[in-house]
Amino acid sequence: MIVNPFDMQVKTMGWCPGCGNYKLLDALKEALHHLALDRRNLVIVSGIGQGAKTPQYVNAHMFNGLHGRALPVAMGVKLSNRNLVVIAESGDGCMYGEGGNHFLHAIRRNCDITVIVHDNMVYGLTKGQASPTSRLGMKTSLQLNGVLLEPFNPIAVAIALDAPFVARANVGDGNQTREIIKQAIAFKGLSVVDIFQPCVIFNKENTYQWFKENTYYLSDDYDPSDRRLAFEKAIETPKFPLGIIYRRDGRELYEDMLGITHTPAYEHTVADAAFAKMLKDYT
Amino acid sequence: MHHFENDISIVFGGAAGQGVQTIAEALVRVLKRNGYYVFACTEFMSRIRGGSNSTEVRVTARKRGAYVSKIDFLVALNADAIDHLQDRIGETTLVFAEKKHLEGKDISGFIDTPIAEFAEKAGSKIFSNTVAVGIVLGLLGISIDAFSVYLSEQFATKGEDVVAKNITAAKLGYTFGKETAAEKRIEVTIDPVEEQPGELLIDGNTAVGIGTVAAGCSFISSYPMSPGTGLLTYLAHNAEDFNIVVDQAEDEIAAINAALGASYAGARSIVTTSGGGFALMEEGVSLAGVTEVPVVVHLGQRPGPATGLPTRTEQADLNLTLYAGHGEFSRVILAPGTFAQAIELMQRAFHLAEKYQTAVFVLTDQFFLDSIAAVDESDIVRLPLERYIVRTDEKYKRYSLTGDGLSPRGVPGYGDGIVKVDSHEHNESGHLTENFELRRKMVEKRLKRLEYLAEEALMPELFGAAEAKNVVVAWGSNRGVLEEVIDNFQRKDLSGLHFSQLFPLNMAVKKQLEGKHIIVLENNATGQFADLLIREFGVPVSKRILKVTGEPFSVEEVVEVLQEV
Ligand SMILES: Cc1ncc(C[n+]2csc(CCOP(=O)(O)OP(=O)(O)O)c2C)c(N)n1
Repeated sequence: MIVNPFDMQVKTMGWCPGCGNYKLLDALKEALHHLALDRRNLVIVSGIGQGAKTPQYVNAHMFNGLHGRALPVAMGVKLSNRNLVVIAESGDGCMYGEGGNHFLHAIRRNCDITVIVHDNMVYGLTKGQASPTSRLGMKTSLQLNGVLLEPFNPIAVAIALDAPFVARANVGDGNQTREIIKQAIAFKGLSVVDIFQPCVIFNKENTYQWFKENTYYLSDDYDPSDRRLAFEKAIETPKFPLGIIYRRDGRELYEDMLGITHTPAYEHTVADAAFAKMLKDYT
Repeated sequence: MHHFENDISIVFGGAAGQGVQTIAEALVRVLKRNGYYVFACTEFMSRIRGGSNSTEVRVTARKRGAYVSKIDFLVALNADAIDHLQDRIGETTLVFAEKKHLEGKDISGFIDTPIAEFAEKAGSKIFSNTVAVGIVLGLLGISIDAFSVYLSEQFATKGEDVVAKNITAAKLGYTFGKETAAEKRIEVTIDPVEEQPGELLIDGNTAVGIGTVAAGCSFISSYPMSPGTGLLTYLAHNAEDFNIVVDQAEDEIAAINAALGASYAGARSIVTTSGGGFALMEEGVSLAGVTEVPVVVHLGQRPGPATGLPTRTEQADLNLTLYAGHGEFSRVILAPGTFAQAIELMQRAFHLAEKYQTAVFVLTDQFFLDSIAAVDESDIVRLPLERYIVRTDEKYKRYSLTGDGLSPRGVPGYGDGIVKVDSHEHNESGHLTENFELRRKMVEKRLKRLEYLAEEALMPELFGAAEAKNVVVAWGSNRGVLEEVIDNFQRKDLSGLHFSQLFPLNMAVKKQLEGKHIIVLENNATGQFADLLIREFGVPVSKRILKVTGEPFSVEEVVEVLQEV
């Protein structure tokens, strides 16, 4: 058996039996392994939620921060050491609800960060309330008459903001999920991967079966560089397209706009000559 | 006969957009070049145009850093300025303004001053500010040469014509000032001091900025909010020269989280904000506490609650920083009283944050940040840039229990180890845990550093005699007024103690306070620092001198209150 260096010995996992998070974790670790990344240079940042526990189970650097706040942390890491590979990972509530503003602005900045969203269309950790991506009418312990609000469409929003890499996967298909994650990480720029995954306890509607029946893969001749077409795909329902929906190579990175060098911030020094000159300006 | 000796207060009043601050800046620079001690402070309304703003320039024989309410010369650029400053216009105040601005007002010290006319003579009304500075220099009987040089430098990029017109305007004002002084027998005597060759003339924002650069800060992410914005702007101007990442965040929550991410990756990072923005950062402060990721927060205070008085001053956010964030963890609160101190304390803030892996708050306020004063280059301290980052090995654990509560801090990408930080309660490796005993140990670990921080805490600065029975305590921006008041009284039984570290307090301070009649002076409604002294030392506080109008304390009002003591 080939040993995956990203595997971790964990005594107890915080997920329920059958949870889609296990499949996502496996796909992610395989992707990291296939890409032959050096775990000493990989940072996974997450927020709070069941999906956000993922980096607890990956043998790599971790910043498991606050609910909603994975993206600003990930940006801070990237801008302070751009040699690191940075992944920001969390649930749909964390990324699109509590952290919605950061989602918009992270896309505008376009750092080289991979954003992986565990989209189970429900709040798992807090026991089953509606999430921004919950389908209309779904009954929950809080939405007693069913969800009243139209779901948030992360793919459409990301494309509207010209996020340079926008993809969707379904954990029910581990191999494809892995391949999509691989491309997202390899992509230079902010990549958004919204991953359908069932919550077997709190979401009885959007099951493995439901995701299978309500998705399809984009055909081989689909051109992801066509933004209008991508937007059309993004608003398609009820069958959701899977794969790389939009891709625009070459969008300038925030790191480059800011002129950030490859010297990590822990080596930062204050140039004496520049300091003396700065003081002189005030005399 | 109008005689002013060794301490003159010149106030420029006008609407926003009329440039009273620009006038003051030019004047202080020219006065400083002529070898005078200058101090300037500004009050303004929260609007871009109109309203009524004023800047006070003090020229003194001794170094001063406080606001005085008296006005010796008032240069009023519009009629509103006279109404706005009415309460401060006394019998000896000379008011320089155009006649039309005086209609319906009865001011004995009024001197008709055709500022706009001179400006137009020089070419355009836009030279009014230059005329105003010229007038004041003429009144003070100070050579105009330094001002001409200043104008040539200032407008060099705008071409010779602009320079020449400004100099003409300056001279017109200057001649008027000189003639008026002779005619009305206005006499100002201030003994000039030798100009220190390496003296800097800066405002509070610049002082905080210089200190931040000196500290080796390489990351700031912040969201604009007065008066905290100045530091963000300052670092933007210096970003290229010092390799500082400057990010305008989408909100304050993003700002502090980004700063923590940067710090986790090895940067010395800071956020700057005001009370409202800081309130939004509180969960992030708590995150710094649990993850033990160092961070420095600059909080430029303004009056709250909520939007309060956006452009005015107050010291009411001490409790906010003292109790910020849920849960219990360590923190440090610093509050500089002078610009030299601000430069040093910013470096100290980063040093303490990194050494003790904790959040450090630096409290300033609008009065402090917008004031202008000179700093001797010899008073500028550079602390050695010590990093407390270790190269990790494969066995590395971010939260190893070492006994002293401080685990060696590794950063990702430096060494073979894995660095896991976690907002959940965690074990030594940084993995979430609900083990009861570990939880107890981790809480203890995070609080233990308060002991070291208290031992290292800065002692307050003493003014006057240590034995004095009455001691006036002040903190942060009230250092200037404290020093001047104690100096004015020259009483054996009255001393001053200025605190530039507010938390934790050095236990040795208790001795200085015990048995004394303690009077606490602070710009808030309840006496937050007084309460802290009582809480920490159990000493009684006899009197609280408080102010919440949005203005700084004036020397006069504090003298008046203390007269009764
Ligand atoms: C500031 C804050 N608000 C609320 C919570 C409680 N909370 C934790 S996770 C969560 C939502 C979980 O849903 P999601 O992000 O979709 O993740 P999932 O558990 O479904 O993977 C909430 C509301 C919190 N931890 N912090």
